[in-house]
Amino acid sequence: MQHLPANLRLLIGAGLLVLVLAGLIFYFFPSETPTVLKDGEMREAEAPLPVDDVDGAIENGIHTPTGLIASEGVHLVIAHCTACHSAKLVTQNRADREGWEKMIRWMQQTQNLWDLGEQEVAILDYLAENYAPVKSGRRPPLTDIDWYELKD
Amino acid sequence: MKKPFNRRKFIKNAGLGYLAAWIGMESVYPIPDGYLPLALSQNQDPQKLFGKHKEMRVLNDQPWNIEAQAHLLDEAITPAEKMFVRNNGIIPEEVDPATWTLTIDGESVSQQKTFSLQELKTQFPTHTYQLVLECGGNGRSEYYPPAEGNQWTVGAVSCAEWTGVRLRDVLQEVGIKDNAVYIGYYGKDSHLSRDPNKNPISRGIPLAKAMEDQTLLAFAMNGADIPIAHGHPLRLIASGYPASVSGKWIHRLAVRDKVHDGEKMAAPSYSVPCEPVQPGAEVSKENMCIIENMPVKSLITYPKSGAMLRPEQQLAVRGHAWAGANQIRSVDYSIDFGATWQPCRLQDPVNPFAWQHFDANISFPKKGYYEVWAKATDSQGISQPMLTPGWNPKGYLNNACHRIAIKIT
Repeated sequence: MQHLPANLRLLIGAGLLVLVLAGLIFYFFPSETPTVLKDGEMREAEAPLPVDDVDGAIENGIHTPTGLIASEGVHLVIAHCTACHSAKLVTQNRADREGWEKMIRWMQQTQNLWDLGEQEVAILDYLAENYAPVKSGRRPPLTDIDWYELKD
Repeated sequence: MKKPFNRRKFIKNAGLGYLAAWIGMESVYPIPDGYLPLALSQNQDPQKLFGKHKEMRVLNDQPWNIEAQAHLLDEAITPAEKMFVRNNGIIPEEVDPATWTLTIDGESVSQQKTFSLQELKTQFPTHTYQLVLECGGNGRSEYYPPAEGNQWTVGAVSCAEWTGVRLRDVLQEVGIKDNAVYIGYYGKDSHLSRDPNKNPISRGIPLAKAMEDQTLLAFAMNGADIPIAHGHPLRLIASGYPASVSGKWIHRLAVRDKVHDGEKMAAPSYSVPCEPVQPGAEVSKENMCIIENMPVKSLITYPKSGAMLRPEQQLAVRGHAWAGANQIRSVDYSIDFGATWQPCRLQDPVNPFAWQHFDANISFPKKGYYEVWAKATDSQGISQPMLTPGWNPKGYLNNACHRIAIKIT
C-alpha cells in the first residue's frame, strides 16, 4: 500500500470499513423478514427454536405473539412446538395428559419431531394444566351471539 | 421481529427460571447474537396472501387452515374469498403451469405416461360442474371428549364451479390393468418439517369413484385459474368424499392394485370406527374404516345468527343442503327445538354433487328467544341428527343440524 497516494489509501480504508460494517450488520440482524411471507415460511425445523423475551410479550396472562397461556413451561412449548407448526394448533386443542402425550408420540413417530428429553415432563405439565378438556354437553347452548337488528 | 436479540435480556430471563430449560440446549443449539426467533414473527395475513374475506377464521397458519362462517356461504356458488383452506403441508413456492406435468404410474397402469398441463387441456373434453368440497373434520369442535386436530365449526365446506377433464378419460387413454382398485395422488406441497422425503398428505379414491363423470382433474375454479391455496395449477376433485381426497398441486397419480398406502391413508386419519363406539373409547387401527361418502348435511346461510326482529316481521331464511353421493329429498325447519318441523322450499341440484338451495318464510308466535334449526333428509330417507352423531376418535363426520339464534323483541 506504500506506493499508493495517501488519499487513495484513505479511500480504500473507508471502503473496507463500510464492508466490515455491512458484514456486521448482516451478521447481527440477519432475519429481517419480507413484509408478505410465504405460506409456512422457511423454518429450520430440525431443532427447537431459541426463545427470547417471553416475559416482555405477555398481556393479560397470554403470550401475545403466539396466543399461548403464559405460565410455567410456555417457553418450552414455543421452542419445541412452534418450530414446525403454528401455536394455534396447540391453543385450539384440548386433551388430558395422556392425550397430549399421544399427540407427541404421533409427531415423533410420523412427523419428525425430535426427542424432547427431560423437557417433555415440563411440556406435558404445561399442556395438561392449561389445555385440558372442558366438559360440554352433547349440544351446548349457543353462546357469543352477536345480536343485531334485522331490517326487512 | 421488532428488536434484535439481547443477550443480557436473555440472561436476565434465564435467571427467572428459564436457565434450567436452556442450559442443556444452548451447547447443542447455540443461539447466535442477533438471532430473531421466528416463532414470534407471525404476521401473515390471509387477506393479503390469498385474498380471503376478512371474516374468514384462521384456525392455523402453519399449515394454513381457514374456515368460513355460515353467513359467508350464502352465495349459490362459493367464491374463492369465502372458500375454506385445509392444508396439511406447505404450499409449493414455485408453480409454473407452462412446465407442470402429471405422471400416471403405479402397479396397475399398462404403461407410465406423462402429460403436460396443455396436453391435458387440449387432448380431452372439458367439463364444468358445481361440486361440494367438505373437510372430513368439519364440525369437529362439537365432539366430547374433544378430538385432536383443527377445531372446525361449520365452515369447512364450499360449493364452487370446477372445470377440468374427467379422470376417467385420462385413465382410459393411459390404460389400466384389470387388477386396478385405487388411485393415489401426490402433490407438490412440502412437509412441515421440510423433509423432502416426506409427503404431507397422499390420499386417494377407489377406482369406481375415479370413473365417475364428476371426478375431475381440474385446472380452473369459478372460471379462473385455481387459486394457489386451493391447488393451482392442477387439482383432483372427487366431490362427495372428504375433501382430503381432492388432492392439490398434483403432479403424479398412482394406479394401485391395493388400497393406496400414502400419507394419511392409514387409520386413524380420515377413518372412523367400523362399529359404533362409546365416546372416548380406544379403537385399534384394524377396527377403523376409511371414510367414503360424506353424510347428509345442511347450513342456514341467511340470516346471520343473532337477528332481532319485530313481532310482526316475517323471517326469510335460506341455505344449502348436500349429502355425499345422494340427492337431498327435503329440508325442514323447526323453531321449537324439534317439537314440530315445517318443510322448506327446495331446489334440485344443478348437477350431481352440487349443493341444493332451500328457503322458507317463518312467522314467530310471540316475543322471545328462538333458534331456527334446519334438518335435511337425503334420497335414502336418512336425516341429520339434532345431537352430535356417533363419537369417533378423530372427530369426523359431525353432520348435526345447524341452528341460528333469533330474538323477537
